[in-house]
Amino acid sequence: MKQIIVVGNGMVGYKFCEKFVANAASIGFKITVFGEEPRPAYDRVHLSEYFENQDAKALEMAPASWYAEHGIELVTGERVSDINRAEKIITTAKDREFAYDYLVLATGSSPFVPPIKGVEKEGVFVYRTIEDLEGMMAYAEKIKTEKPNAKAAVLGGGLLGLEAGKAVMDMGLEPHIVELAPKLMPRQLDSRSSQVLKLKLESIGLNIHLSKATNQILGNGSITGMEFGEDDILDVDMLIISAGIRPRDELGRACGLEVGVRGGIIVDNTMKTSDDSIYAIGEIALYNQMIYGLVAPGYDMADIAVKQILAENDAIMPSDIDMSTKLKLIGVDVASFGEPFMPASKGHSIIFENKTQHLYKRINVSLDGKKLLGGILVGDASDYNMLHQMYLNGMKIPEDASQLILPASDGAASFGDVTDLPDEAQVCSCESVTKGQICGVIESGEATDLAGVVGCTKAGTGCGGCKPMVADLTNATLKALGIEVKDSVCEHFDYNRQDLYKIIEVKGYTKFNEVLDNHGNGGHGCELCKPLIASLMATIHADTANKEYAIQDSNDRFLANIQRNGTYSVVPRVPGGEITPDKLIALGEIAKKYDLYTKITGGVRVDLFGATLNQLPLIWKELISHGFESGHAYGKSLRTVKTCVGSTWCRYGMDESVSFGIELENRYRGIRAPHKIKGGVSGCIRECAEARGKDFGLIAVEGGWNLYVGGNGGANPRHAELFAEQIDNERVIKYLDRYLMFYMRTAKPLQRTAAWQERLEGGLDYLKDVIINDKLGIAEDLEKEMQTLVNKFECEWTQAVNDPEMMKRFNHFVNSKEEDDNLVFVPMRDQKMPEPWV
Amino acid sequence: MVEILDKYCTTNLEDVKVWFKAASVEDFPQDGGACIKYKNKQIAVFNFARIAKWYACQNLCPHKMEMVLSRGMIGDDKGIPKVACPLHKKTFSLENGENLNGDLGAIATYPVKIEDGHVYVGFTE
Repeated sequence: MKQIIVVGNGMVGYKFCEKFVANAASIGFKITVFGEEPRPAYDRVHLSEYFENQDAKALEMAPASWYAEHGIELVTGERVSDINRAEKIITTAKDREFAYDYLVLATGSSPFVPPIKGVEKEGVFVYRTIEDLEGMMAYAEKIKTEKPNAKAAVLGGGLLGLEAGKAVMDMGLEPHIVELAPKLMPRQLDSRSSQVLKLKLESIGLNIHLSKATNQILGNGSITGMEFGEDDILDVDMLIISAGIRPRDELGRACGLEVGVRGGIIVDNTMKTSDDSIYAIGEIALYNQMIYGLVAPGYDMADIAVKQILAENDAIMPSDIDMSTKLKLIGVDVASFGEPFMPASKGHSIIFENKTQHLYKRINVSLDGKKLLGGILVGDASDYNMLHQMYLNGMKIPEDASQLILPASDGAASFGDVTDLPDEAQVCSCESVTKGQICGVIESGEATDLAGVVGCTKAGTGCGGCKPMVADLTNATLKALGIEVKDSVCEHFDYNRQDLYKIIEVKGYTKFNEVLDNHGNGGHGCELCKPLIASLMATIHADTANKEYAIQDSNDRFLANIQRNGTYSVVPRVPGGEITPDKLIALGEIAKKYDLYTKITGGVRVDLFGATLNQLPLIWKELISHGFESGHAYGKSLRTVKTCVGSTWCRYGMDESVSFGIELENRYRGIRAPHKIKGGVSGCIRECAEARGKDFGLIAVEGGWNLYVGGNGGANPRHAELFAEQIDNERVIKYLDRYLMFYMRTAKPLQRTAAWQERLEGGLDYLKDVIINDKLGIAEDLEKEMQTLVNKFECEWTQAVNDPEMMKRFNHFVNSKEEDDNLVFVPMRDQKMPEPWV
Repeated sequence: MVEILDKYCTTNLEDVKVWFKAASVEDFPQDGGACIKYKNKQIAVFNFARIAKWYACQNLCPHKMEMVLSRGMIGDDKGIPKVACPLHKKTFSLENGENLNGDLGAIATYPVKIEDGHVYVGFTE
């Protein structure tokens, strides 16, 4: 048994372990890993996500149990302090000794802290580890309580510095970036693109100070400001230093390994140091007299070291290392590839710049105009993958190379196709997966869809930037093999949602089994097709969810929203958010009687949480007796129409937004759609109802309503787009009837209006043609169908409580009146909540 | 939290010592399920009418330890009868309890028989 000791448990150290145990030749080796941080390796590239969720586990490369499962001994919280090369023994800070046959140094780097006077003051941080982040967050909380408008600066306007700038924004402090150079991201961007990026970041709220050399950090004990020169002072309450990295080479230096003049342990192209038994990988390795501060080359080095130790002697590091990067900085695309800056003697540059939209694209082409040498993209990097591949593979470029970055006038892509790439093109650089490997697993039958390809090759599991390309390649390969790429709803049907809509409409099916028996694949349905067909039949026949309850999703089956512990929440409809004091008191009294946790929702109504299945009908009987009806918060249906108070009270109001909001909410309540629908009505352009964040929104203007469609909040917020201007109430309803019905007929399952509208061929203009100009001649049908739904509306909770057969559904046990005995509630802020999950 | 899982062990037909008369056939929806109580156990019982079979398993979803499986939708995954948890759509085979779309441990399953319009679930004690 040969012993390998890995010093450092960062991303690259982890990758070494992963690649080592995955190699069949690794039997006969034992790995012990030492990490000085208290936790196993985590994804430092996405460190700023920690500010959003404080979930260290989510950042882990692999859980601690992974190491044990693969026979790797992981020692965290213990730094290696000495290497005895003659005896091949290391000593840790706890004075323990371990012998090795091979030693792999993956100690990475530490933040460089420039020798500025006052840098030791309280409130000055570096940005590298989760502990650094925790320290910053605690300090930020402290200064925020002392000062409402606290400011924080980041020293360094490079890639990491801007990430840290986002962290400052997330912490709720006023963000400032201070950079010594005259431009941002000096290593990746040229002056013009850096200027575009600066404008964009400033528009988001970042304050950027360029060409600033910090003389000293001011403050008495804790930081109060930064001094750049006489009378040039920036008041800040906190500082994060991100001024570059220094390799952690002290171990290697102390034991006499060859090191570079400016740090880093010298390695050859096999990743070996000057000692045959010691390898160095990642940000500590000085290769080609360079330190590579990116994760992809670090992973490649890990791969070479694994292969060399396992005697695959011809595996060597290439001499040219691709330093191309693409990232999203504070939501802004930034990418650079190949040679971003190029001397005029080597080629020509083509530059497209549009400062009004914060866009910059530059490509550098060879003097003969045949090859792409590099480039820079700011603001829109959607073409990065393809341009990067063209560069890497020396592919031929169009005669007029400007087509590569100029928006094509006819909408056709100027690139050709992903299938044109050579087989050896590296599509996923994090995991080193080539086009040939991706197509190979499909051609061999190992993978039959995107998930399978990702599972077999690991492509797209690193930074994820290549995912669209992997998906395109997968689809193109399947298609080439004659395998139809279906958008069928699930394995039980060969149809998509729109097909099934037509089938049910034409044949008039009213039961799930009729559809499945006549048009299914011989299976028995599942959690995808059942609720979908339930929703279609509800739309087509104006049924409620009580019709065939076993095919409804749990929320629709029990007409309530299932919550974390299996209890439900209850939301009665409060149209437009208007409610009488008596009704409000009734809500309070009912909530009190059943001991429900009470909260105002984002959609201007009241949510009552913690109702058991058995309590649901009891609660609803009382609610109905006070004049409430179902709010359909559980359904893929209309939720609320949020309104501002409008001209009835507001001195700025142009129209009665509450009255119209109530009318619209009552009109569309209960209809079942591909996804939930929300509306908003604002009485003036101040837009207090946030109508443009809804699926449909109305804003009162001089002479009528402006109608907006296709907005939503959620993971990809979108503003609704202006659809019609200055129209009256009657026309609003006409257009909305048609719009919603057209959406319900044609969208994909669980597709919100925003995504549907965006993917509609022909876009918003086409939609206007159909809805306003009646291009398809279906406007009248759409209105009629909607009117039928409106006329047939019935409150499904009223239906349920008046039918003893339906009431039976709401028992936790069919053979006992008892309730679920597994429920545990704990107190929280004078109310209750379910016991937290472990 | 884990003790609660220990209450539920798969029972094979040949090991049944007690046939518990749980409820009437009509108490269960066609192609759906409901929960029954037996001693201190909660058991989800499903009437898979499309294939004329009945299944029973623990009501506890092992993902977040909540008593919810009986409220899930049933169906099949490439022919294997399954239930989908209503909380996060984890799916389990109704035949052997295996987690079909993840690597959770298998859930316990129990034999069911129908006699004279009544549903009986088999237990070892």
